[in-house]
Order: sequence, then C-alpha cells, then structure tokens
Amino acid sequence: MTRYSAFSVFREGLRGQTGWSKAWRTPTPRAAYDVVIIGGGGHGLATAYYLARTHGVTNVAVIEKGGLGGGNTGRNTTVIRSNYFYPESAALYDLSVKLYETLSRELNYNVMFSQRGMLATCHSEPEMEMAARQVNAMRLNGVDAELLTRDQVRKRAPLLNFGPDMRFPIHGGVSQPRAGTGRHDAVAWGYARAADARGVDIIQNCEVLDLLTEGGRCIGVRTSKGDIRAGVVGAAVAGHSSVIADMAGVDLPITSYALQAFVSEPLKPVLDTVVLCPPFGTYLSQSDKGGLVIGGGLDRVPSYGQRGNLPVQETVLAGLVEMMPALASVKLLRHWAGIVDVTPDSSPILGPSGLDGLYLNCGWGTGGFKAIPAGGYLFAHLLATGAHHEISRPFDRARFETGHLIDEGAASGIAH
Amino acid sequence: MQIFPCPFCGPRNETEFHFAGELGKARPTTTEAVSAKEWASYLYAQRNEKGAVHEVWMHLPCSELFVMERDSVTMDVLGARSLREGAE
Repeated sequence: MTRYSAFSVFREGLRGQTGWSKAWRTPTPRAAYDVVIIGGGGHGLATAYYLARTHGVTNVAVIEKGGLGGGNTGRNTTVIRSNYFYPESAALYDLSVKLYETLSRELNYNVMFSQRGMLATCHSEPEMEMAARQVNAMRLNGVDAELLTRDQVRKRAPLLNFGPDMRFPIHGGVSQPRAGTGRHDAVAWGYARAADARGVDIIQNCEVLDLLTEGGRCIGVRTSKGDIRAGVVGAAVAGHSSVIADMAGVDLPITSYALQAFVSEPLKPVLDTVVLCPPFGTYLSQSDKGGLVIGGGLDRVPSYGQRGNLPVQETVLAGLVEMMPALASVKLLRHWAGIVDVTPDSSPILGPSGLDGLYLNCGWGTGGFKAIPAGGYLFAHLLATGAHHEISRPFDRARFETGHLIDEGAASGIAH
Repeated sequence: MQIFPCPFCGPRNETEFHFAGELGKARPTTTEAVSAKEWASYLYAQRNEKGAVHEVWMHLPCSELFVMERDSVTMDVLGARSLREGAE
C-alpha cells in the first residue's frame, strides 16, 4: 500500500503516476473466517477496521453484493452532527463526531470532514423556548451548542429569507459549531483501504443468499460465490436488515423507506454552513464543488425502490424556495433515493439479533452516515467480545420489550 | 405522479392516499395474560417485505380504508380491494 502524503503526490507527479498501488486487494473468499460482516458500506467497513485495529481480529471478511459504499453510504447528504437530546444518544453520536475529527489522519485518507457548523432555525417564540431546552440538554451532555438570535442567524446565513413575506418568520436558531459535512465515498474507501492493509478480505459483487445455521446457531453465510463459514456474523445492511432478519427467522421493528436527496448545478460559494428549517423539513449545504446538497423528509410509504418520486421532490423544493427564495431559479443536476431502516424511536439497533452467532448493526434510519465511526467502533466491540460496550448497551433490541425506548424523533425534533 | 386505485372512487392521484399499516396484524387478546414479547411484537415488529406486500391504505377524500397489494421494489400496484372483501 502506498502511503498518501504531499511528498508522494509530488514524487508520483515526477514519475508519471506509475508508483501507486491498488487501495485494496480483490481476494477470493476463503472457506472460513473468524468474523464475516455482511454489507460493505461505511458501517461494515468501519467495523472491519476497528476489529483489526482495536481488537487484533484480522481474520475477517466483508461481503458486499455490489461495490463498496454503493448503498446509503454513497447516497446521503454527508451531514455529520451530534445535536441529540438524550444522554444515550449524545454519547453515541458525539463518539462518532470525535472519531471523525481525527479520521483523515488515522486512516491516511482525506475524508474531508469540514466542521462548518450546523444551524437549525426557529420560527416562533415557543420554538425558541424548545430550542433553549435543546441547547441546555446538549451542553449537559457535553456537546457544543449555541442559541442564536435572529440577528446572529442572519449573520451566519444571510441567504435565508428575512423578508416581510416569509410565512414563518425566523426568530432565532440552534447551532452546533462542531457539526459539518464529510466526503461520503472517502469514508467508505478510507476504512476499506485501512482494513485491507491490516489483512481484512473485502469481497465485492458477492451477494448473501442465505444464512448457514447449525443447532440453532448462525455458522456462516451462503453467498453467490459459495458458502463461507464464520465464528460470528455481523450484518450492517441498513434498508435490507429485514431481509437478513427474515433469513434468520427473527422479527425486527424496522420499516424500510426511501429517503430522497438532490444536488444542484455548481454555484459560486453562497452558504458556508449546514442549514435546516424544521417547519419546511428541508435542509441543505454547499459542497466543495459548489453544488447545493439538499435533503428533506422521508417518503411515507414503505419501499425498497432506490429512486425518487415527484410528490416528495415538490415538498422539499417548495421548502427550499421558502427558506432561500434566491435559489428558486437554480437548476437540479441529480435526484436520487436510498433505502433507510427506520425504527419506532428513531434510534439504532446494535446487538445480538435473537439468532445465536448473528449480530445486528441497523436501524440508523435517516442518519447512518454521521454515525459510521461510532457504529463501526461499537459493532467491532460486540463482534470481538460478544458483549455490549457501555455506549451501545442502551441500543440493544431488548429495549422494545422493556419499554426503554430512546425516542429521539420526539425529543430532539428530528423530522423523521 | 403515480395513480393508485381506490376500490370506491376509482383511479386517483397518489397524493390522495395515506399508508396506514401492514395487513393482518391482530391485537393480542387481553382476556389472557400477554407477555412483554407479544406486546413488543404487536406494537413494533414489521414484516417489511421486499417484493409483493399487502397493506392497509386510506383514500383521504372518501376516508375509506382498503387493502392494496403492491410491489415494494418496483412500486407497481398489483390490486386493491375493500377490507370487507378479505374478511368474508
């Protein structure tokens, strides 16, 4: 593996770019591994990396039915934040933000984490009171947060609508300065390259067709490239978690929905932070290439179809034009959808599946990208030790039976 | 826009319809003891199938609930009938 540095770029420039090696190998699957991870997206690859780095478990395979990061990892709007309400969520998502802060250096791969801050606007005095509660909760949980006045919001994002015709005038906002955006593909590729360098086999274009079970225990997977036995199997397959659960004969409290996103033609810099307007459910940021990356609420119809549709497009873009009327004439370049795995309390499920030998990392819903380092870190702990890390314990699926739900949908007012 | 069939009003725009839930989920009988597992299954578990699905939908203008059969991958509508038809 060639180490990436300013010097190596300079050297290869002089040598005609002949000295680069492949970022990862293309191995044929072995008959057995200590750990098999289903799903070569961010969470699966991060899990493999932390298994090797933190736990010294390198006899690991990541099985991916398509190409790396081709699912939700490559379809999200790249926002990274930890502005959650409950202590359990704050511990989880802030672990992720902290790992992201040092990730480029750790992986020797630029994931372009840009801490440009995130701003959520408030549009009434009662909303300002709820915002103060949110800010206080975040600070008590050790997460940075600021309550902004209308003038401060205007200074931060002058493109927002402050005109007299705005249907819901802006009263202020909540800001998380450490939030930001990253390069989603680079997160998958960086983890893949670092895991591969530690001996993990990454097997692409290999679909899991069934689970192998013996005596009520999962002992491997049946794939399109043959059977692979495993000490333990971990599934990190997002929107397809119910399909794996069906193979395992366990039920899951998950519904798969399409979540759509949009990117505009490239513009000169107009916005240097992430802005969310909750009443419209629309949020956006501007990428380094200049495109506006726009997201909104999820479809209210269960779906496995990875594509967008017109009614949601209309809702999201109507919100955008109300938020920032100056963008009304901007043209869209692309519009797509990913399939997200939504739980009843908008919190993830980490832990044993209910079938011995099979563990689940799922239920991240609309916010899986921001959680990739923490999801991988905690899932690796589960797979290596068979026990929960303190941070992942509250997210065990047992909470649906005990009633200890972590209802972030209601608490932090996330749109979905 | 996609056209959905209401068994009572005929083909209508998809924005007039509301997804209510999966078909066939029965509330546990509380005349007997119901375990936490059974309650959790009733309240939260979803079949969430990939492919052909049977779901309960409401057509908002006429407020009638009905059963729609869809393909959850292609989003094709495979059929629609009133809830009463299935019960008989």
